[in-house]
Amino acid sequence: MAPSAIVFYMLASMCVVSALMVVTRRNPIHAALFLVLAFFCVAGIYVVLSAEFLAAVQVLVYAGGIMVLFLFVIMLVPLDAGPARPPARHIAGSLLLAGLVAGSLITFFWNALETRPGEGVEPLTAGGGNIETVGMELYQRYLLPFEIASVLLLVAMVGAVVLARKKT
Amino acid sequence: MIPTSHMLVFSLILFTIGMVGVLTRRNAIIVMMGIELMLNSANINFIAFSRQLGDLAGQVFSIFTIVVAAGEVAVGLAIILALYRNKDTINVDEVNIMKG
Repeated sequence: MAPSAIVFYMLASMCVVSALMVVTRRNPIHAALFLVLAFFCVAGIYVVLSAEFLAAVQVLVYAGGIMVLFLFVIMLVPLDAGPARPPARHIAGSLLLAGLVAGSLITFFWNALETRPGEGVEPLTAGGGNIETVGMELYQRYLLPFEIASVLLLVAMVGAVVLARKKT
Repeated sequence: MIPTSHMLVFSLILFTIGMVGVLTRRNAIIVMMGIELMLNSANINFIAFSRQLGDLAGQVFSIFTIVVAAGEVAVGLAIILALYRNKDTINVDEVNIMKG
């Protein structure tokens, strides 16, 4: 087995375990810290899949920005404001629904992948990172969506400030 | 060489875990964490297919997904704060003021 494959399976299993912890821990702070671990594992998987730029963005935006935001809100809202354990029929129903979705997606992927050649191709760019190629693609072909994304971020920022502001 | 199907199965597991979190937890903050997990699994799918097809468009779309996720978290957490200020709870079951 290639070293990259070993790293991938290790990171993937770690990510699954920490994601399970995120949805099962009672204390929101523990859940948030396990979510940081899951995001770091996903960033490592991006490196294995030769998407170095996205790995850096993942660490900066998710593990840095979004998680700080989460922890900030957890600190602002008292822990006992959160509810206790959900009723058992909710858990059973949602597990059933999740199983149905997972099963249908597995059959869909199975059919899609059996007819699809070229599994496990070589990395996109041999040698040094792919930041330059991603940047070229982003600023040439996807320039308009890029600008729209910046407007979206501005709208989200203004909206968040307006929503979270104390009423005077 | 890692087969693409293994990445798809991994992202499927991650998506299912996130979905179970969204459906079972009543704490609004943890519901948002489940949504983040689901968005991440979609990103992994994008990257896996970008690698398989040798097309960078998948990575570019992942960047857009991350942008949208950042905006979504900012607005969502602001809504949770406003919810706590107005109703003193972040239990999503108790927020049923629109219920007839």
